[in-house]
Amino acid sequence: MRRRMRGIAVAAIALTSVLSMAACAKDNGGSSSGSANNNASGGCKLADKPPVAGAGTSSSSAGEKVDGSALKVGLAYDIGGRGDASFNDSAAAGLDKAKADFGVAEVKELTAAPNEAEDAKQTRLRQLASEGFNPIIGVGFAYAESLKVVAPEFPNVKFAIVDGAVDGAANVTPLVFAEEEGSFLAGVIAAYQSKSCHVGFVGGVKIPLIQKFDAGFEQGAKAAAPEIKIEKKYLTPAGDFTGFQEPTKGQEAAKGQIEAGADVLYHAAGASGKGVFSAAKSANVKAIGVDSDQYHQTTVADSKDVIVSSMLKRVDVAVYDFVKAVAKNDLANFPKVFDLKVDGVGYSTSGDKIDDNLKQVLDGYKSQIIEGKIKVTDKPSS
Amino acid sequence: MGILRGKLLPPVLAILFSALLCGIALLVSGANPVDAFGVMVSQVGQGTTAVDIINSTGTYYIAALAVAIGFQMNLFNIGVEGQYRVAAVVAAVVGGSLALPPGLHALVVILVAALVGALWAAIPAVLKVTRGVNEVISTIMMNGLALGLAAYLIREDVFGELRGNNIRTPEIPESGWVPGIPLGSAGTVFGLVFLAALLGVGYWVMMNRTRFGFELKASGESATAAAAGGVNAKKMVLVAMLLSGGIAGLVSMPEILGRDHTYNLNFPAGLGFAGIAIALLGRNHPGGIAFGALLWAFLDKSGLALDNVGVPREIVTIMQGAIVLSVVVAYEVVRRFELAAEQRRVGKQLGTVGAS
Repeated sequence: MRRRMRGIAVAAIALTSVLSMAACAKDNGGSSSGSANNNASGGCKLADKPPVAGAGTSSSSAGEKVDGSALKVGLAYDIGGRGDASFNDSAAAGLDKAKADFGVAEVKELTAAPNEAEDAKQTRLRQLASEGFNPIIGVGFAYAESLKVVAPEFPNVKFAIVDGAVDGAANVTPLVFAEEEGSFLAGVIAAYQSKSCHVGFVGGVKIPLIQKFDAGFEQGAKAAAPEIKIEKKYLTPAGDFTGFQEPTKGQEAAKGQIEAGADVLYHAAGASGKGVFSAAKSANVKAIGVDSDQYHQTTVADSKDVIVSSMLKRVDVAVYDFVKAVAKNDLANFPKVFDLKVDGVGYSTSGDKIDDNLKQVLDGYKSQIIEGKIKVTDKPSS
Repeated sequence: MGILRGKLLPPVLAILFSALLCGIALLVSGANPVDAFGVMVSQVGQGTTAVDIINSTGTYYIAALAVAIGFQMNLFNIGVEGQYRVAAVVAAVVGGSLALPPGLHALVVILVAALVGALWAAIPAVLKVTRGVNEVISTIMMNGLALGLAAYLIREDVFGELRGNNIRTPEIPESGWVPGIPLGSAGTVFGLVFLAALLGVGYWVMMNRTRFGFELKASGESATAAAAGGVNAKKMVLVAMLLSGGIAGLVSMPEILGRDHTYNLNFPAGLGFAGIAIALLGRNHPGGIAFGALLWAFLDKSGLALDNVGVPREIVTIMQGAIVLSVVVAYEVVRRFELAAEQRRVGKQLGTVGAS
C-alpha cells in the first residue's frame, strides 16, 4: 500500500517534469524560430524565463453577506470623472458593485474640473459630508490637501483617498497601489508581443504617480528582453493636467513612437489613451491599456482589437473593499498597499491575446515580485 | 447721466442676455433654470462658499488689473497666465529657503514674486520694442515656457520634494505666512485680499492722477498723437508691460502665503485667462473690474453646487463665455446708438441754426 503510494508520487513528479520540459521546448521554438503568430520579423531576444510559479495564489473572496443599507457613499472624482475609460471609471465600477452587493442606501458622485482651485475640492468634499454621506472617497491624490482641511471638520465621517495619504488625519484611509509592479508585467507583455523589439510608453502628465508606471514598464520590458528599445513621451509637464484629457495629444505622441519603430504601446494617460489606441489601430500595431480592463470599455470599443492587455489598477477593488470594511466596521485589517500580493494590480487577458506560454512567464515574474526576489523600482531611469 | 448709462448699460445687458442664454441651455438639457439659479444663490450661505468667493475675488481682481494695465495702451498681455505661475514657483522656492523675521519674510516673498513676474514680462516687452514682435504671440509662447520651467523647478533633483504622489516646493516657514481673518467654520479670509484692494486704489490713482497714467491712456487712444505730444512710445510699452507683469506676479500670493505655503501640483491654472475676461467686462475701470471679479468668483464657487443637484456645472462656463461675448457686443451697440443720438442732436441744432 505504502509502496504503491510512493509509486504514484514518483510517477506524478516524473509526469509533471516531462510536461514542463515539453512546455519549455515549445517556448524555445516560439521565440527562436519566429513562430507564426507573433515573431514574423524576428522579435526580441528574450531573457531566460523566470521559474514557473507555484500553485495558484489564494484568492478568498467568498461571498460573505455584508449589509451596507445604512451607508450613504459619496465619491469625489478627479478630472475626467465617470466615463474617462480609466481610473475614475474603475472607481465607479467598484462603487456600482458595492451598491449592488451591499444594498448601499444612496450614492452621490461629483467630479473635479481641470486645473481648478484648491477650495473647489474642499467645497465638494464638504458638500458630501454635510449632506450626511459617509463614507466619502476622494478619487485622486489631488484631494490630499483638501482632505487635510476637511477631514478634521467631520471627525465622524470615514474618508478614503485613492493614490494619496493624509498625514495626521486618523479618519482618512489611504488607498494606494503598487502601479510599478503591475506595469512591470505590462513591460513583460510588451516585450513578448513586440516584433521589432521596440516598445513605447505614453504618460499623461509628468508627475511622480505616472513615473511609477513608466519605471515599472521599463524594468519589466528590460527584464524580459534586455536589448529592447523603449520610446517615452509625456503629454504635458507637471502642473498642466490637461495631458490626461486630450486624446489628440495622445494620438500624436503615439504616432511619433510608431514612426520611430515601436510596435507595442503602453499608455498611462487617462482619457488621452483613447488617442493612443486609435493611433495604434490605424498603424496596425498593438497597445496595452491601463487601470481598467480597457478591452471591454465602450469608449474605446472601435479600437479594442489592438488592446492585447490592460495593466489593471484595481481601484474598483479598493473602493469596494473600503466600502465593505466600513460596512463591517473593520478598517483595522485593511491592506496598506494594493500590490500584486493582494491582487491590487495585475493584468487583463480579455481578447485572448495572451497565450498560455506568456501567461506562465507572467505568473513566474509575478511570484518573484511577490516573494521579493525582484524589486520593482518606482523611479524611471530617465 | 448719459456717460453713466453708456458705462453701466452694456454690462447689465450682457449679464441679462447670458443668463437668458444659460436658461435656455438649461431648459434644453432638461433642467429647471429657476431651480439651478436658486441653488447657486443659496450655495453662498453654505459652508465656506462666501469666504471662498471673497478670496477668489481678490485673486481674480489682481489678475484682471494686470491685464487692464496693458489694455489701457492696447497691449494685449496674454502672458499673465505664465507670469503668475513662474512668479509663484520662484517666490515659493525663495520663501521656503529663507529664514527671516515675520513680516519681512512675507514682504520679501511678495517682492520676489512681483520682480519675477515683471522679468518674465520683460522678455516679450523687449522683443516688442527692439524687434517689433507682436506681444500676443510672444506672451502666449512664454506661457508654454512658463509651464515647462515651473515643472522643471519642482523636480525632486532641483527644488521640489515628494509628498506621497504630489511634488511641491519646500514649505514656507511660519514667519513667511500672512495671517488671514478667521471666521470660524465659515473659513478664513486671506490677509492679502487687502493687497488686491490696495492695488486697485493704486491703479486708480495712477491712471487718473499721474502723468504716467495720462501718457498711458493717450498712447492707447492714439499712439501717433501721443508721440506727437512728446510721449516716448517704446518706453511706455516697456513700462506698461513690466507693471503688468509685476502685478501678474502677485496673483497667487494670497493663496500661497495665506493657505498653501508651497507651490505644488494642485496649483490652479487659468487665472490669467479669467483676468482677460474680467478686465474686458470691467472696461479696465477699477470699480468695474472689482464687480467683474466678484461675479466671476460667484459663478465659479456657486457653480460647484450645480453638480450636487445634478445640473452640469459646465453651464457656468457657458455663462462666463456668453458674458464676455455679449459685453463686447453690447458696448458696441450702445456706442453706436449714442453716436447716432448725438448726430441727430447736433444735426437738429445745426438745422435750427440754418433755418433762422
